[in-house]
Amino acid sequence: MSHSADAPLAVAEHPHDPLVAEQFEDLDQQHQAGTLGMWTFLATEVLFFGGMICGYVIYRHLYFEAWHQGSVVVDSFAFLGISAGGWNTAVLLTSSLTVALAVRAAQLGQHRVLVWMLILTMILGVGFLAIKASEYTHEYHEGVVPGWGFFNPDEHIRHDLEHAADQSGINPDLLHRQFQLFWCFYFFMTGTHALHMIIGLGLFTYLLVQALRHRFTPVKHAPVEIIGLYWHFVDLVWIFLFPLLYLIR
Amino acid sequence: MASIAYLPEYDRPHTYLNDRYSIWSWLLTRDHKRIAILYMITITLNFAIGGMAAVLIRLQLLTPHSDLIEADTYNKLFTTHGVMMVFFFLVPSIPTTLGNFLVPLMIGARDLAFPKLNLMSWYLFVIGSAMVIGDVVAGGFDTGWTFYTPYSSTFSNYHVVLGILGVFVAGFSSILTGLNFIVTVHKMRCPGMTWMKLPLFIWSMYATSLILVLATPVLAITLALVALERIFGVGIFDPRLGGDPILFQHMFWFYSHPAVYIMILPGMGVVSELVTSQCRKHPFGYGFIAFSSLAIAIIGFGVWAHHMFVAGISMYGGIVFSLMSFMVAIPSAIKVFNWTATLYKGSVAMTTPMLYALGFIGLFVIGGLTGLWLAALGLDMHVHDTYFVIAHFHYIMVGGAVTAYLGGVHFWWPKMTGKLYPDGWGKIAAFILFLGFNLTFFPQFILGYLGMPRRYYAYPPEFQVYNVLSTAGASILAFGYLLPLCYLLWSLKYGADADDNPHDAAGLEWQTSSPPPTHNFHTIPHAPEPYDYANMEFLHDDIRPYPGVKHT
Repeated sequence: MSHSADAPLAVAEHPHDPLVAEQFEDLDQQHQAGTLGMWTFLATEVLFFGGMICGYVIYRHLYFEAWHQGSVVVDSFAFLGISAGGWNTAVLLTSSLTVALAVRAAQLGQHRVLVWMLILTMILGVGFLAIKASEYTHEYHEGVVPGWGFFNPDEHIRHDLEHAADQSGINPDLLHRQFQLFWCFYFFMTGTHALHMIIGLGLFTYLLVQALRHRFTPVKHAPVEIIGLYWHFVDLVWIFLFPLLYLIR
Repeated sequence: MASIAYLPEYDRPHTYLNDRYSIWSWLLTRDHKRIAILYMITITLNFAIGGMAAVLIRLQLLTPHSDLIEADTYNKLFTTHGVMMVFFFLVPSIPTTLGNFLVPLMIGARDLAFPKLNLMSWYLFVIGSAMVIGDVVAGGFDTGWTFYTPYSSTFSNYHVVLGILGVFVAGFSSILTGLNFIVTVHKMRCPGMTWMKLPLFIWSMYATSLILVLATPVLAITLALVALERIFGVGIFDPRLGGDPILFQHMFWFYSHPAVYIMILPGMGVVSELVTSQCRKHPFGYGFIAFSSLAIAIIGFGVWAHHMFVAGISMYGGIVFSLMSFMVAIPSAIKVFNWTATLYKGSVAMTTPMLYALGFIGLFVIGGLTGLWLAALGLDMHVHDTYFVIAHFHYIMVGGAVTAYLGGVHFWWPKMTGKLYPDGWGKIAAFILFLGFNLTFFPQFILGYLGMPRRYYAYPPEFQVYNVLSTAGASILAFGYLLPLCYLLWSLKYGADADDNPHDAAGLEWQTSSPPPTHNFHTIPHAPEPYDYANMEFLHDDIRPYPGVKHT
């Protein structure tokens, strides 16, 4: 923003700290505003995911049998006896730890620790996305990706569905359709979450670049805290998605 | 107040308007005042497009079985009218123009909390508008602004996705504006400005921002699901896949009802400012007016299913939502009573902004009362999806929100541009608007009660007389909108110069020059007592900015 002729007066009144943006009086106000801004944004994200989760929960109540079958299939993809979802949860929770450690390092001015924690967080984030990608591939091969002309579940899944239809007395065709609806929700919810993770990785790339340039000090490290908040939120969404999608019995 | 002659360049006062002149200094500005002007231009264009759709609709409805427009095209026209007017004019209108301009000034700040986010918000809005306008040019979509499934998600053969995405993008513009206002009001008030010293406009903007931030994401996810359903053939709302079309209605109205409060709350804030300043009186019941804004925002989240009384919700659900809808009228009524009490024994000046404010109060009361009519379950069975509903919401949105917007633009025009518009023409335009508006929409109450459904391109001949009256009114209304456009633009070049406070109004925005410098204030002020008219010195009673205006 250019300075008007009035600026010399204003500047003389109030010499401006170069670290502080022009609209703020001091660093503290800037930090508080940024933090409140991020919390407000996270509130909007709660409503965003909340809409989908609300729909999912309503359908779980209405179509319990189909949801149960869906959850069984989702949870069936496992490495070393732990489901992919379980691994994802472990990875994300650890990444929240590394984020918290990064914030602490920034507050204490520990430059090397900060950089390593940021790198570790990003590796864990990429790890999460890799596990998710392998899950999606697996689900594609099982034929449960929804869509006209797409949805074609494998033999063993069909068999389980028919069995469930017999047991519960639901019309098999209806159960099949409800089952597809489950998969719509699964891909929408995890897909949106993954998109937010990718955005988060982009933000962390920015943080890493800034950290490598020694831009963060114990006095000025607000971006690390604020973006850390965002990452914690994305983790929190997963904490909701995991039981809802994987653990329904 | 002498007119400021053109001084040599180095002596002219520096304002946000002459800071720099290049197009890039506008398109890359971070000044909230310039962004407000950019928004004003954009929403005026959007209003014109929505208005043209309305003109065609009213022309079609002049005769019962008109051949002017085909059925499908008619559907596209009312969709375009609704989408452009709701999402691309009314929702942004006061918040992004008057809000962006005034919020920092009124609280004594130099800018909003996040100026770059503010600029990005405008760009998102422009992109969203362009997407919808592009959609209309490419053939349009015909789902109605409400996008009901399964028509929008499965059966419509027109360009629905592009329109949905345009609204989706504009939604993020809203969210960022709301976020900016919330953080600004919390963290950037000048020294001494406690919450109970905030101008009432700020209270309204704050309540509006709460709704913007919490409701809009639900619209975003709902529309995203419809778009995904159309593109990939998956189905959350498709019964063939076990989905539920009524779920769409619940999710859609969960946003769209609070959205109507987004549209009216800022208008109420403007009216509070107009009434107090033109009556030179401290607002009666400041605390009640302030908290009623919050009450409207909160209760407004709990009434959405009153749009669905005939959609198949349970009778008990209907009863609950009917009761909530009655309750949400209470804080609105509190405001009307307080404005009336402020008017009583005030020193009233019948200026253009005052006429708009009075028009608002009367028309909003009619709109609000007919809303209660609709909230009553039995009555709603009869008039749901008829012209009664259309008349009701146009009384609030046009008679209320647009009137308040125009009143606010007139009131703050000297502050924003440094120019005075001719008040005589202003009053003429206000009268024409009031006349045209009532002639357009009052017959529609009758039409609806007699049974004419909405969104129909033809009707039984016995309804013709009311339709003709309505179309005649629309032509007068159109003239009422064109007039201000003309004289306001005229005043930019030929209007008299305004000094700091031509209205002798209270408020920090009037303590700086007209137009303000880029940094708003030479020195950050200390918060004054709000609306301190009892102790104010009125400088303009002899030197009338508006000839012939006397304060009683």
